[in-house]
Amino acid sequence: MAKIKLSEKKIQELKDVCKTFNNDKGELINVLHKAQSLFGYLPAEIQEVIAKELNVSVAHVYGVVTFYSFFTMQPKGIHPVSICLGTACYVRGAEKVLEEFKRQLKIQVGETTPDGKFSLSCLRCVGACGLAPVVMVGEKVFGRVAPDGVADIIAEYNT
Amino acid sequence: MNSIKLIIDGKTAEVPENTTLLKAAKTVGIDIPTLCYFELKDMNIENRPGGCRVCVVEVKGRRNLAPACNTMVAEGMEVYTHNIRVLNARRTVLELILSDHPAECLTCAKSGSCELQSMAQQLGVREIPYQGEQSKYRKDTSPAIIRDVDKCIMCRRCEMMCNDVQTVGALSAVNRGFMAVVAPAFEMNLEKSPCTYCGQCVSVCPTGALTEVDHSRNVINALADPTKTVVVQTAPAVRAALGEEFGLAPGTLVTGKMVAALRRLGFDYVFDTDFAADLTIMEEGTELLDRLTRYLKGDKNVKLPILTSCCPGWVNFFEHNFPEMRDIPSTAKSPQQMFGPIAKEYFGKKLGIDRKNMIVVSIMPCLAKKYECQRDEFKVDGDPDVNFSLSTRELAHLIKASNIDFNSLPADEFDNPLGESTGASVIFGTTGGVIEAACRTAYELFTGKKLEKVDFKELRGLENVRHATIDFDGLPINIGIAHGLGNARKLLEDIRDGKSQFHAIEIMACPGGCIGGGGQPFHHGDSEVIKLRASALYREDEGKPIRKSHENPFIQELYKEFLGKPCGEKSHHLLHTHYFDKSAAVFVEE
Repeated sequence: MAKIKLSEKKIQELKDVCKTFNNDKGELINVLHKAQSLFGYLPAEIQEVIAKELNVSVAHVYGVVTFYSFFTMQPKGIHPVSICLGTACYVRGAEKVLEEFKRQLKIQVGETTPDGKFSLSCLRCVGACGLAPVVMVGEKVFGRVAPDGVADIIAEYNT
Repeated sequence: MNSIKLIIDGKTAEVPENTTLLKAAKTVGIDIPTLCYFELKDMNIENRPGGCRVCVVEVKGRRNLAPACNTMVAEGMEVYTHNIRVLNARRTVLELILSDHPAECLTCAKSGSCELQSMAQQLGVREIPYQGEQSKYRKDTSPAIIRDVDKCIMCRRCEMMCNDVQTVGALSAVNRGFMAVVAPAFEMNLEKSPCTYCGQCVSVCPTGALTEVDHSRNVINALADPTKTVVVQTAPAVRAALGEEFGLAPGTLVTGKMVAALRRLGFDYVFDTDFAADLTIMEEGTELLDRLTRYLKGDKNVKLPILTSCCPGWVNFFEHNFPEMRDIPSTAKSPQQMFGPIAKEYFGKKLGIDRKNMIVVSIMPCLAKKYECQRDEFKVDGDPDVNFSLSTRELAHLIKASNIDFNSLPADEFDNPLGESTGASVIFGTTGGVIEAACRTAYELFTGKKLEKVDFKELRGLENVRHATIDFDGLPINIGIAHGLGNARKLLEDIRDGKSQFHAIEIMACPGGCIGGGGQPFHHGDSEVIKLRASALYREDEGKPIRKSHENPFIQELYKEFLGKPCGEKSHHLLHTHYFDKSAAVFVEE
């Protein structure tokens, strides 16, 4: 986990988020949601700022962040790769596609490549079951992806 | 309040509404087993997460079994605490907990005092039918406390103590499901967290998941080394609790037996931290009077209230949480740390012993003392003023391991000069005691009159925050007392907000003061034990011929021969300290 240093401006933004929830410790989950949509992830320093603003312990904030799988302490890559594991995609071999991404990017689900380019996650159905199995990179949808097509997709972004 | 009638195991119980089934059952002589549940009556400390399910009972008409610790009584309820369904469920629950618990009872530090172990015995578990993956997590050793969370049963008592009672916030449940552990933020080591080492988590942990760092080995080695002069000091609260480890009733004073045992263990000099407590009163009391006099003369810069600084857990707490106020507490070192330099720089030099060849051991009711004696500012060229600190429990183990039949020991006396103490110093061990001792001396020094009534009963008790006004011959002195860091926090916030009316405040980190310290024999949630220890100390105080610190003849001699005057140059150098800002946010390292 990398140590980061937030700019004053970013910290102020975060404090403003807390303020919109009246710095109420009962709103911790909502604050974390907002913070994650603002920063993409919830690194240690962000959790410390939130703890201070809501007057709860950092350990408690970390407890909540690690309890809910939606929250992540890992920054997403520049090109977030999401593999659909919904029923249709799954029966058409999405798992093999996922394995291939893991192998080629050398990361697990929820992780980011050391160069920060790619991150890997799974999702459930993007409403394009006719194109199963489906992979999304950022906002772009790739349909009918086979394991041997994974290299091409990665190459498209790896320039 | 309405009273509720219900039937438990065929017996009619009548209790006030909002009573738990657990407590209702107690009124009719039924003791439902519990594991995660914890209560310290009279101190408003209760943990009932209903998590372990060992206390389940059957409630007629209810589909599932109910946790007795967490279910309230209702009119006409019919409850069964030991029918076959309940017994089977309770056993299964315990077997499942045990299936993810290391079977290390033979070598576990908690063996014999472990509540999980005694529960397994109580329910007669002879085998564990479930086998599966076991939790594996790194061991975390701090200067005072060891976390071995593989032994954790997620009762959440430590979390309750650390957050609700102490408001330290070092521990929280993190991750989820099988991966869940109680840990500091970002799962960093305790040493990097805001932990104060008060040890209250250790004193309530039902298993060996939280234990103290054991210094016994170091002490045994020092005693066996012929080139070392080994000196021991014993804190006031130890004598009121040590007997419990040898089957004596809580509140039994074992001062004389303790001294005899220490002598048999081979310590060259058996001294008393109480002597240093008297010294603390001289220094802290003088500082209080100095600040008070300046305040009365109109000095606007003087810092009042003055806060006591005897308690290392408390010192850690304000260094972490209120560093901007660190010029308010007295600069006087704690008695443990006053004893160290006096032993090595005064007593040792008198005997011609080089400080490197003297080992000072302290026996403390406290785990924070283990950290305190390792602080850099309490060392001279790397040599600590106090080398090792043993808890009351560790001393008991050491006595047992040395073939000493404690109960048959004849009473013995402390050595002089650092073993002579007054009644004032004995009561340091209970909440309110330090400030009462300070009042006895400060009154006489301030007014120049003899104090007729030595007992300040208004300063005693177990209420969370207490206050009293003491009449200093026409001048009303407002005293505040807090025990437990959550209570201390309230007083500190008042000071910060300019709302505090106190001249002096005593703060102890542990509920009850040192008698309830993290290094004491386990009270297992029985607050009577803590009360009995307190009354034992007041008894010892009453029985002492001298009850005011400044009348201790050896203290007077020490000032005459060596220190000069209280808060003088030499005192400043040896007996006073300074505090640090430890609030810096602790980021995860790369």
